[in-house]
Amino acid sequence: MTKPITGAQMVVQALKDQGVDVVFGYPGGAVLPIYDEIFLQNEIRHILVRHEQAAVHAAEGYARSTGKVGVALVTSGPGATNAVTGLTDALMDSIPIVVLTGQVPTFMIGTDGFQEADTVGITRPCTKHNWLVKDTDRLSGVIHEAFHVARSGRPGPVLVDIPKDVQFAAGTYTPKARANLSRYQPRLKGDLATIEALADAIRHAKRPVIYSGGGVINSGKAASHLLRELVEETGFPITSTLMGLGAYPASGKNWLGMLGMHGLYEANLAMHGCDLMINIGARFDDRITGRLQDFSPNSMKAHIDIDPSSINKVIHVDLPIIGDVAHVLEDLLRIWRSQGRGTDKAALKKWWAQIDEWRAVDCLGFTGSDTVIKPQHAVQRLEELTRGHDRYICTEVGQHQMWAAQYLRFDEPNRWMTSGGLGTMGYGQPAAMGVQLAHPEALVINVAGEASWLMNMQEMGTMVQYHLPVKQFILNNERLGMVRQWQELLHGERYSQSWSEALPDFVKLAEAFGAKGIQCKDPADLDDAILEMVNHDGPVIFDCLVEKHENCFPMIPSGEAHNKMLLPNAETQGQITAPGAVLV
Amino acid sequence: MTALNIKKGSSRHSAYDLRNPNSDAIERHTLAVVVDNEAGVLARVIGLFSGRGYNIESLTVAEIDHTGHTSRITIVTTGTPHVIEQIKAQLGRIVPVHEVHDLTVEGPCVERELALFKVAGEGDKRVEALRMADVFRASVVDSTLANFTFEITGSPQKIDAFAELMRPLGLTEMARTGVAALGRG
Ligand SMILES: Cc1ncc(C[n+]2csc(CCOP(=O)(O)OP(=O)(O)O)c2C)c(N)n1
Ligand SMILES: [Mg+2]
Repeated sequence: MTKPITGAQMVVQALKDQGVDVVFGYPGGAVLPIYDEIFLQNEIRHILVRHEQAAVHAAEGYARSTGKVGVALVTSGPGATNAVTGLTDALMDSIPIVVLTGQVPTFMIGTDGFQEADTVGITRPCTKHNWLVKDTDRLSGVIHEAFHVARSGRPGPVLVDIPKDVQFAAGTYTPKARANLSRYQPRLKGDLATIEALADAIRHAKRPVIYSGGGVINSGKAASHLLRELVEETGFPITSTLMGLGAYPASGKNWLGMLGMHGLYEANLAMHGCDLMINIGARFDDRITGRLQDFSPNSMKAHIDIDPSSINKVIHVDLPIIGDVAHVLEDLLRIWRSQGRGTDKAALKKWWAQIDEWRAVDCLGFTGSDTVIKPQHAVQRLEELTRGHDRYICTEVGQHQMWAAQYLRFDEPNRWMTSGGLGTMGYGQPAAMGVQLAHPEALVINVAGEASWLMNMQEMGTMVQYHLPVKQFILNNERLGMVRQWQELLHGERYSQSWSEALPDFVKLAEAFGAKGIQCKDPADLDDAILEMVNHDGPVIFDCLVEKHENCFPMIPSGEAHNKMLLPNAETQGQITAPGAVLV
Repeated sequence: MTALNIKKGSSRHSAYDLRNPNSDAIERHTLAVVVDNEAGVLARVIGLFSGRGYNIESLTVAEIDHTGHTSRITIVTTGTPHVIEQIKAQLGRIVPVHEVHDLTVEGPCVERELALFKVAGEGDKRVEALRMADVFRASVVDSTLANFTFEITGSPQKIDAFAELMRPLGLTEMARTGVAALGRG
């Protein structure tokens, strides 16, 4: 018999058993016993954030850049409610995190006690699963199960709510190995008959396209490897969602670039015109499909996904394969190779010729300037000057996010952290903190918009405190740029509330936090300024004053089909763009 | 097609596949969901239906295994074939859900509901109510000088029909349990 330990000790022990090395958190009355145990040990590092939302995004950044489970610890009531946005963000993007919340003691639950909130009730729809633990003997088992659920199958956020009396009480610790995890075991292997049918379709396809997503990254490094083998050996073109960037290298010759609303022309037209679409770990999100009725009208569609509810949710597919990407790709490659690795080479050649015509449109072209920094140019220079570094990129949400996705190039998975499904402004800065914690020597850059950045700017304090040299690369257009763009396109240039008024002086702000501030507004100074940022050993706020009314193109106007993209075009810049005027 | 292997008991190996999955016709399905009987599990199921805009016509739940602590939730829902498939897949995703059965497509099933009716009537109406109760095999579980309380068990349609007959005879109150269902054989 092992000696009983307190619930608070169990929490720390369970985290250690799970290999956790860092916890992002914020204390309060209902978690004081756990904080006491954290104080008494040195194995787990606690990072004191400045807002609980940031703790959860930091855990997400940590998880996405490492493939491990991220952990956050917050108090009851307001601590828990502040975590809700982060939980929802992680749910939408399938990011494995465990959030531990304190709760009022069990005997006070339901009395509207001080800082009581129905945390499991509030977070039920925004977690993959959650638990309220009322019995100390069950606590460690639940925490182990929480990690298992977070990382298994389609990953996601889980929450364990721990009343204060449960933290104080003594109970028996259940080691990880003896925790009962048996029941939740999502299936990993795909159906072989359907995989064979897909191999057959690969052999005969004339205009194939591979459409990969975040599921490849979540599946792990092996999945990215297998995806690369599949692409190289078949010679098929590949595009990816925002979430999947880096699974196939941007430098690979079959890379079409990102697809979707602000995706590349060649990627979207290949999707529209293909006769075989192989969806690998993506979910036919509405930013990807555009108008459903016109989505890739003439293709056979295969869909590999670990989540059965993703299959046929919005797009009916012909070859549904439920399983883990790496497992399915392994089987697919084995079967297809054993059948002689056939493809229709002549047809593929024609298809590539067509794609090359689309590529020649140069949909990412933009009009440069000597007088004002174009945001696209700023991102291009950032790419140029940081390529070759051990580099991780986070973003906020808005135009800058799309420019980052378009102009930065990712050759490896887990290098790109952005809020895709929820589109959470304020995500990037804390996420970057989590990334830097996991990769202390790496160059971590948050490509931000000034408005998003302000939403979690308090975290500069955290970065200075823990010497996290994250670079905040703010494309400052003094606008809620993406909102402004939609108002330009859809609301007759009535810019209702899309101005960033009374912005702080970012350089002084950086200095006030004890960090370095750089401002740049002249294109001629840009390279030097970026290098100054990169070479500074410490956190930097880079205020890059850019063209205020630049639009992010290409763009599929919402409700339109892939082949109805708006392209960048000198005549349309800065004017109301009637969506019909530039249809292709 | 066994490819879409949702969860044990799903419909993908049945004649259900022969239907047009994209039909707009609204169907009524009875689902049996076996879950761990833990706190909040019903809220999870109901929250799924309300959060994703699915319909619930009736829902019953009780623990069916007191040692294993599993409960069976019987849900009658309506939707297009596509929506019904989504509902099953979404239910299967809930961590404490063990099995999702679509009784409507897994073969014939028996559906039963229990209802209590309070009928206040006098004279001929009182006699007629008793006579109809007899025809419907409803039993009198309580009686006073002013009213009868009938208990009736049967398909929801039978209970609807009985309610229609009782209305003019002085129906004052009714309580229904919702459907419990099992596959035949
Ligand atoms: C929390 C939150 N609130 C509102 C929005 C809606 N929204 C999307 S983009 C955007 C503007 C972002 O402005 P900024 O960060 O400056 O980026 P820009 O588009 O100018 O590059 C807004 C308000 C959102 N995505 N998230
Ligand atoms: Mg802006």
